Amino acid sequence: MSAHESQLLQVNIGPQHPSTHGVFRMEVTLDGETVVALRPVFGYLHRNHEQLAEASSYIQTMPYTDRLDYFNSMTSNYGYALAVERLAGIEVPQRASYIRALMSELTRILNHATAIGFMINDMGAWHTALQFGMREREKILDLFEMASGARMMCNYFRFGGVVRDLPPEFLPYFDQLMRGLPAFFDEFEQLLRDNEIIVARSSGIGILPRDVAAGYSVTGPVLRGSGVPYDIRRAEPYGIYGELAFDIPVGSVGDVYDRTLVRFAEMRQSYRILQQIRERLPDTGGGHINPALANFGKQKALRPPAGEAYARVESPKGELGFYLVSDGSTQPYRYKVRAPSFINLTPLGAMCRGHLLADVVVILGSIDIVMGEVDR
Amino acid sequence: MATEAQLAAERHGVFLTTVTRLYNWGRRSSVYPLSFGLACCAIEMMATGMARVDLARFGAEMFRASPRQADLMIVAGTVTKKMAPQVVRLYNQMPEPRYVISMGACATSGGPFRDGYNVLRGIDLLIPVDVYVPGCPPRPEALLHGLMTLQAQIDAQRLDAVRWYSDREARDHPVPSLGRHGLELDGQTIDPVGGLPLLSPLTSPHAEEQRSGQLEHPQEIRLFPIMDDTVARETPWRARGVAREIAADDLKRGGAHE
Ligand code: SF4
Repeated sequence: MSAHESQLLQVNIGPQHPSTHGVFRMEVTLDGETVVALRPVFGYLHRNHEQLAEASSYIQTMPYTDRLDYFNSMTSNYGYALAVERLAGIEVPQRASYIRALMSELTRILNHATAIGFMINDMGAWHTALQFGMREREKILDLFEMASGARMMCNYFRFGGVVRDLPPEFLPYFDQLMRGLPAFFDEFEQLLRDNEIIVARSSGIGILPRDVAAGYSVTGPVLRGSGVPYDIRRAEPYGIYGELAFDIPVGSVGDVYDRTLVRFAEMRQSYRILQQIRERLPDTGGGHINPALANFGKQKALRPPAGEAYARVESPKGELGFYLVSDGSTQPYRYKVRAPSFINLTPLGAMCRGHLLADVVVILGSIDIVMGEVDR
Repeated sequence: MATEAQLAAERHGVFLTTVTRLYNWGRRSSVYPLSFGLACCAIEMMATGMARVDLARFGAEMFRASPRQADLMIVAGTVTKKMAPQVVRLYNQMPEPRYVISMGACATSGGPFRDGYNVLRGIDLLIPVDVYVPGCPPRPEALLHGLMTLQAQIDAQRLDAVRWYSDREARDHPVPSLGRHGLELDGQTIDPVGGLPLLSPLTSPHAEEQRSGQLEHPQEIRLFPIMDDTVARETPWRARGVAREIAADDLKRGGAHE
């Protein structure tokens, strides 16, 4: 070893660390302050989701999907409902599809607002940016509570529709929220977008080139930040997404800053979708649930024919897929979740190599993971 | 409680109090929680710190990243068996006086994931809990109420009786390890599948107390989660936790599994 060579140092970050977004551990090998290698260790929140689902009836798994990605219970519900509907061949009325898309897009705004807040938290702006995101989240949660009765764990979807129609006070409050949202986007972007510290901390950091991103099969804002315009809502439209007009924002460099910009732009696109849904919602027909399954006993006794089905939705974090194998009984024989957080986490080591230790938490924040979904 | 004489004195600008009251007032008005989130409940814990229900009104907004600076551990989320040793270790690292709020169904009892093989059925098996906040997740208001309950408990503590000024030697809570059949302590499984000890030896009010040895449901040895009686009715092999192939084999051999 020459005089200038330094010794490598192993540092353990987590599982209890304010920047690991839950219980996640990283074994980082450092040369000075530069990351040489990074090994993610997870499993600290393995809650046996898939095993529990295989031991319970189909509808009993619905509340567990809420707890997969606990920011976006609505989109997790959507993916699971879609998979079971495909398995059992259930029709969804038009109005139910509209309500589902409305909830999904509200979820997307909620998720991106808080995800950006958390990432800036990791940069050291302790809770300041997050306050803005959480403020908007509270307003959206109020809407969820009106519709489903719960703030976070909504359990709102049923096979063939949603559990109940929107209550009468929902739309006035929704309109009020929609009036306020553009101002929120402007304010949030004005605060953060050109903020010198944020640009310095995030541009050129954690670059994920286009082909590498595709190679790791990452999805969601991470993939789009790398410049691939891939969105399940466009690639394989589900529900009413085929009829809606929206753009897919993409980044050019694939760094942390690009991912943040994509999230900013996606919030505005979600707003656009919400406007279209709001316009058409009063004219939709067909009730909030398929009449054949409106009785909860019917949902409980659902026996899809033997076979398999895979359904995927664009959750705010990426492609969320549910794979189900039925043996004709009331419980799935096999149940598998393709969790976007988990797969987006795989290139973390590649993204962090060569960067400083302080950048690791920022890169992790820009992937936007939720441990409930990573470990399941 | 302020007496008449105290109030009369206060009217003349003299403030009378006891050391205990002053001490408790100071402590309960600046409870620093450990910034420690495990699962979904942690998001509601953060929401409690945010603008709408502002934890700062109660002096508890300073989430500390280090257990050495924290007074309160809010166990917010599912404690898995892999995470449980770390939770106990964090608790041991907190200086006295320390308090624990068990937030949500998972931390209290395992909650919706109670039947999972990797989930600890209640953090109170390992560390003492002062306040339980029910809910899945509890609303921020509920956590706030939990904090106020804790403050009331702190107010009621007497300086001459608190454990951190007593002569008793301070001891760390034993840290379990993840063994083959669950959490182990000195080679003994402390989280058996068939049931749980009624009174955990580790967290009973007097830590020297022996394990009671009683099980929660001694008559009911559960091999596998039984979520719904339809499962047991329709696919008994599944309720018994046997794979389908093995069950089919067993049937051929004449129900060897009964
Ligand atoms: S109690 Fe409910 S919300 Fe809280 S951690 Fe458990 S599952 Fe999540």
